[in-house]
Amino acid sequence: MMTTGAGGDRADARADDRAGGRAQERDHRSAIRGAKAFWIACICAATLASGVAACGLGSFPSTPAETLRALLQAVGFGVGQPVDPALSVVVVDIRLARVVLAWLTGASLAVAGCVFQGVLRNPLADAFTLGVSGGAAFGASVAILSGLAGHAAFNGLGGGAGLLPLCALAGALLALGAVLALGRAGAGMGGMGGAMRRETLVLAGIVVSTFLSALISLLKSLDEESVASIVFWIMGSFQGRGFEHVRLAWSYMAVGLGLVLWRARELDLLALGEGQARLLGLDAGRSRLWLLIGASLLSGAAVAVSGVIGFVGLVVPHLLRLVVGAGHRTLLPASALLGGLLLLWSDVLARSILPGGAELPVGVVTALIGGPFFCLLLGRSGRMNGRGQS
Amino acid sequence: MIRVTNLRVRYGRPKSGREVLHGIDLRIARGEFVGLLGPNGSGKTTLIKALAGLLPAASGRIEIAGTDIRCLSHRERALRLSCVMQRAEVPAGYSVRELVLMGRYAHTGALSGLFSDHGPEDHAAAEAALKDARALDLAERQAAELSGGEVQRVLLARALAQGRELLLLDEAVSALDMARRVEAYDLLATLNTGGSTVLSALHDLNLAALYCPRLVFLKAGAVALDGPTTEIFTETNLRDIYETDIRVAAHPVTGAPQAHLVPGAAAAALG
Repeated sequence: MMTTGAGGDRADARADDRAGGRAQERDHRSAIRGAKAFWIACICAATLASGVAACGLGSFPSTPAETLRALLQAVGFGVGQPVDPALSVVVVDIRLARVVLAWLTGASLAVAGCVFQGVLRNPLADAFTLGVSGGAAFGASVAILSGLAGHAAFNGLGGGAGLLPLCALAGALLALGAVLALGRAGAGMGGMGGAMRRETLVLAGIVVSTFLSALISLLKSLDEESVASIVFWIMGSFQGRGFEHVRLAWSYMAVGLGLVLWRARELDLLALGEGQARLLGLDAGRSRLWLLIGASLLSGAAVAVSGVIGFVGLVVPHLLRLVVGAGHRTLLPASALLGGLLLLWSDVLARSILPGGAELPVGVVTALIGGPFFCLLLGRSGRMNGRGQS
Repeated sequence: MIRVTNLRVRYGRPKSGREVLHGIDLRIARGEFVGLLGPNGSGKTTLIKALAGLLPAASGRIEIAGTDIRCLSHRERALRLSCVMQRAEVPAGYSVRELVLMGRYAHTGALSGLFSDHGPEDHAAAEAALKDARALDLAERQAAELSGGEVQRVLLARALAQGRELLLLDEAVSALDMARRVEAYDLLATLNTGGSTVLSALHDLNLAALYCPRLVFLKAGAVALDGPTTEIFTETNLRDIYETDIRVAAHPVTGAPQAHLVPGAAAAALG
């Protein structure tokens, strides 16, 4: 009896141990999930607060209380006496529209960058460095100037404007195709056995986007637009954008985002390399194609309404990988949130930093933030390559 | 389990590329443990890659469990066989557990996007695989920080999480030290006893002779020898295949044949 009792105790102890181990592991997993949820909640809260704050900042003075009241009134919760109609126009129709558009654009660009980096397994990839944004801008310019997408001036949208993001998408895909072909050809010449080197791809991207921005300048000069407006187009800006631009772009962005989020787990497998991804059961070719289309759709829609804005898709995913890890099921939504936040504040800076109500293109602000960051990244990836070869 | 008929594989272009496998015929029954041996460049890796569906056959056919692999989707194929390749890359930013859970990709539904987390059976399979591959202590580590040997254990764990029916290994333990190699092959032998079919390509003749009841030798892209280890692991056969002097003696414990190299034999040439 004694022995069976002891044996039973031991078995119980072992079972307890195992259960304890499993519970510990569950705790660990939920702790990780909790930490991620905490960061995402922080970004969400910051986004909301920033949105309200950004609606109150600008050359037309408004107190925080007035801003809040104007916003609440706009969504149908009027508090106290009605706000000054002029203030309401400034806060809601001008600033809120810009805030929303900047947020959507930033989110799209950050997610697109994240996808480009994952699919091409290249830390320097981004809609901007790959020339995808340049292609989208070119497609949109052609559409506007040829009258395909409504009539002439970009700031006033015409009837066929709905086509604009589609033309931008076509341009984006063409540019991407050209860059990938160039990158492959360059790799072939270098005897890399068809493997694309990181720098080759970015070089090809720079060639294509420089060429395309020259073409855009040419097109616009032919249409007798002022040089200033061309610069704004190439550097990207939210000046004069309103809710009609939000309405134009949001559905394309939503489709692109859905397409990409749907395949978030496939991005993780692609990070292993094509061979391993296929061994694990992924149709790597098809997955890559759809992901690239989704990312191009996101960048195309963003560029169609805001021009070329660089570095958002580069800075945001890299920063977030340090915080939430590389798993794309967390990284993609987090990139959307932080990308939106970054561009929202970049736009606030762009419209309030110059004295006398003048505006900087928001692309200038993101480039000022992103340029040094890009250099840092280039240095680090160079060191990593060096270690790999030794 | 595996039936290969007159398999030819080319690298490069389908018609004009360099032919690496010149008509391989091979049958492996369910529950076998087969060692695939041969000198460098004999086509071991190519054969494993063709079986795993990474390289298309120029002609001939490959059947896995009675189905031509050309008729299987990537997902269906991944459900039937799992594979550990040599020198597989491990991306930065993932924990070992996340990496092993990727082995469950083929088991999750087509709607495996953002919102469907891995189910309890996926976590259980990953846990069991980590345990069997002696990698449970690595589970929460970052995959990029692991040593070469640890990476191989994690990749083995991922293959086990994916499935245990048919395992293909290509130099899966070459990066491990002796003790870990024996441990890995003990594990493979246990899995084999439990019903797994194992085909392992390796360089280590003696490890193969210790564990695999059947050996297949490739030479210059063709099957040179195929049969029970005790019958074909002889001095004459090994000398013919490796073109150097090799002596065979019985293992002091198990009695399995073991090959021993003779210093200077390659320089003195054969015969």
